[in-house]
Amino acid sequence: MLIFAVLSGFGLAFLAPPISQLGKQKSGWWLASLPIVLTVYFLTLLPGLKNGQIEAISYPWSQQLGLTFAFRADGLSVAFALLVSGIGALVAIYAGGYFGTKAPLGRFYLWLFFFMASMLGVVFADHLILLFIFWELTSLSSFMLIGFEHEREEARTAAIQALLVTGSGGLVMLAGFVLLGQIGGSWEISTLLLKGEPVRAHPLYLVVVVLILIGAFTKSAQFPFHFWLPNAMQAPTPVSTYLHAATMVKAGIYLLARLFPLLGGTSLWFWAVGGIGAVTMILGGVLALSQTDLKRLLAYSTISALGSLVLAIGIGTETALKAMVLFLLAHGLYKGALFLVSGAVDHESGTRDVRELGMLWRGMPFTAAGSSLAALSMAGVPFFFGFVAKEYLYEAAYNVGAFWVSLTILGALLNVFIAFRVGIAPFWLPAQAQTRLVQKVHEAPWSMRIGPLILGGLSFLIGILPQLFSQTLVSTALSAVAGKQVEVKLAAWHGVNDIFLLSLLTLGLGVGLFAVRRDIQRLAENLNPRWGLDGLYKRSLELLFAVAAFQTRLLQHGYLRYYLITIIVAVVAITGGGLWRWGGGTLPHLSWDLRFYELGIALIIIIAGGMATLSRSRLGAVAALGVAGYGVASIYLLFGAPDLAMTQFLIESLTVVLFVLAFYHLPHFARLTPRKERLRDVLIALVTGGLMTVFVFVASGIQIHPSISQYFVENSLLLAHGRNIVNVILVDFRGLDTLGEITVLAIAGIGVFALLKLRLDQRLPKAKKEGEGVARGGER
Amino acid sequence: MTSLILRTMVRLLLPLLLMFSVFLLLRGHNEPGGGFVGGLMAATGFALFSIAFGSETARRILRIDPNTLIGVGLLLALSSGLVTLWLNQPFMTGMWFKVPLGSLGKLELGTPLFFDIGVYLTVWGVALTIIFALEEVR
Repeated sequence: MLIFAVLSGFGLAFLAPPISQLGKQKSGWWLASLPIVLTVYFLTLLPGLKNGQIEAISYPWSQQLGLTFAFRADGLSVAFALLVSGIGALVAIYAGGYFGTKAPLGRFYLWLFFFMASMLGVVFADHLILLFIFWELTSLSSFMLIGFEHEREEARTAAIQALLVTGSGGLVMLAGFVLLGQIGGSWEISTLLLKGEPVRAHPLYLVVVVLILIGAFTKSAQFPFHFWLPNAMQAPTPVSTYLHAATMVKAGIYLLARLFPLLGGTSLWFWAVGGIGAVTMILGGVLALSQTDLKRLLAYSTISALGSLVLAIGIGTETALKAMVLFLLAHGLYKGALFLVSGAVDHESGTRDVRELGMLWRGMPFTAAGSSLAALSMAGVPFFFGFVAKEYLYEAAYNVGAFWVSLTILGALLNVFIAFRVGIAPFWLPAQAQTRLVQKVHEAPWSMRIGPLILGGLSFLIGILPQLFSQTLVSTALSAVAGKQVEVKLAAWHGVNDIFLLSLLTLGLGVGLFAVRRDIQRLAENLNPRWGLDGLYKRSLELLFAVAAFQTRLLQHGYLRYYLITIIVAVVAITGGGLWRWGGGTLPHLSWDLRFYELGIALIIIIAGGMATLSRSRLGAVAALGVAGYGVASIYLLFGAPDLAMTQFLIESLTVVLFVLAFYHLPHFARLTPRKERLRDVLIALVTGGLMTVFVFVASGIQIHPSISQYFVENSLLLAHGRNIVNVILVDFRGLDTLGEITVLAIAGIGVFALLKLRLDQRLPKAKKEGEGVARGGER
Repeated sequence: MTSLILRTMVRLLLPLLLMFSVFLLLRGHNEPGGGFVGGLMAATGFALFSIAFGSETARRILRIDPNTLIGVGLLLALSSGLVTLWLNQPFMTGMWFKVPLGSLGKLELGTPLFFDIGVYLTVWGVALTIIFALEEVR
């Protein structure tokens, strides 16, 4: 059942295009049924998990490589999976209304469900390599989804940036995985988790941690890799909601939490993970201050939230991990809702600039309700889910020291500011700036209302009754992270204590900050710092392109004869060098016992070759080449290779046909090459011909491996039911080679077709000159 | 080219060449021949035809776009190899079955035959794609 849960999404991904052809914008409702079923299934796993039953499944994949298809569902995995499938269902429904009939829905759903399945693979994989594979599949689907509107250049740039950053981080992580697998002696994560002591004591522990952290930090947009996430907002809003707020960016969090029992708890871990988390948390909040675009505001607050999650894992106490699990769920709910709301607002009003939006509750009461609930949860108002999570985060930081708790408060109050700016102000306060809004903003369709309402509603319900909704989930997830059985008692109200007062203080300061938002924004615009590796990314990309352009100019000059010279000289040098190093070898005994017709054919070939080189007309040269080819084919025939001969005859005939067709388009046949260059060509030709002759002679006298022709002769009829050995080899014994060859042939054919049909010279006037230059150059 | 002699000859030759190409394809397993040669032979026939009557006419009597031939050929060759995966055999294991034909004896059919037909179609399609494209260059 678990394997079905993980892999069914891939199946749905490929069914999605035909389904959305049928269902049009209503297809979201149909397609959402799978994620809904999966959500219910994951919920049913919870009681078993509470009693310590862990669902695990494992199929052998490649024994030699130590690969298994191993999946395991413990509390942590299920907590993430619930976010993935639950929000996945809402996003699938939402997207139908969001795109309407404007976009290719089939392609969207394909990659959406492809992503969902990959993400489920990440959280359930119990094998490091398997996890890595699914990890990279999520990067791939993220690439396809960010670049969904691929006709826009910004979308393409952002997609490539996200892919390069997360993809290269993933490769670094793979190196860490390999080291970890070597040190721990196993690829199975559940086995590795039991080996925390020896792994942490290993001299390579530092390297492993750094490599894996780079993977996790790139994926989860931590400083200094955070820059890709705001750019990824080029994606359609459903994608931003799902991948870049609720799930994919949390894959890094998942990895850190998953490996915490193995790698965590050291001072290196505390400072590296906690430190980066804290920096990211503050930085995300500060960078958000100057933003006015709804989605970019949310993106920076997501960076900030991911920072607090990382910080909590870095602190690593039981309270901190509890805070991490709670905040993970709370953030998934409220941030998902707010992103969906931003899409709905954009959809109905045509703008995402917070300064232009105001009093939207009149037109969109349902969206306003969902948005407000989510925003209050995000701000950490008492009796909302976000409040419960933040209380624990404060408590965890409080236990570490005053410095950390003040950082946490700063991060949180910046988020209060963002919450009010994004989730409250557009709906309940008048617009700040001259607005371009359509006079009357209508409510979004039901498909787009239901998501914010459910997510916002849950943010409130879980806030009042945390013990009902999340106790089991949080206990089991926490047990998995902490590596031991932990009981969690949740309550909405903890009484008035220090922590509660800090929460109130945060809320007050945050609202105060919001009240002076105009000034804040002006200030923030002035100091907008260019943190992170954005610049380095751009420069290295430019460098890469420069190197590529340089070596293309050097190697792809467009002169056919120089290509040929390069190839021929390289072959001669390598073959000749090899022969030289090998020491010559002996020429076999040559018999001069020739038949007269053999001699005749040889003479014809030689004369034809001479004529081809000396001919003063192109037709003459072609005809002479044809004669030489027929001569070679006759030799095949004489020496018992009728298959070869037949093919050669046909090829020669077809070549003549092709030449006849191409003749008309070739430029005038002229001799332009100076004497010196022709001398060089003669030299190359002589050396090549001579070497090949020697080579053939020498090769016929050497037998490195025992010949397999006897095997073919004996088994052709027996095993392959054929008497023509040549053909049996082609279609059976070495069929794979043939498959490769016809594939290459097909690609070459399509290439020729494309080149001829493209007619670049007529479409682009600039390229015409170059094309002529090449044609003339080729003739010189 | 509007040579009457060529046109008359080609009209007679094309069916012969096509039949011969199929003959080559089918005998290839036991006697000289095979999909590659067969495909070339079929392409030659159409090349002659298109020289005599123009590529537009040649395309019309072919009915199928040569690009489609390439795709179908590759797919056929690939799937003839994939079939054996269902039987837990390695990719491209030759699989044979005998069809009794009464007094005529037995007909042996195998996945390599379908593979060879795939080769035939691919080669035919590629050669025709190139020939037609060359002919249609303005």
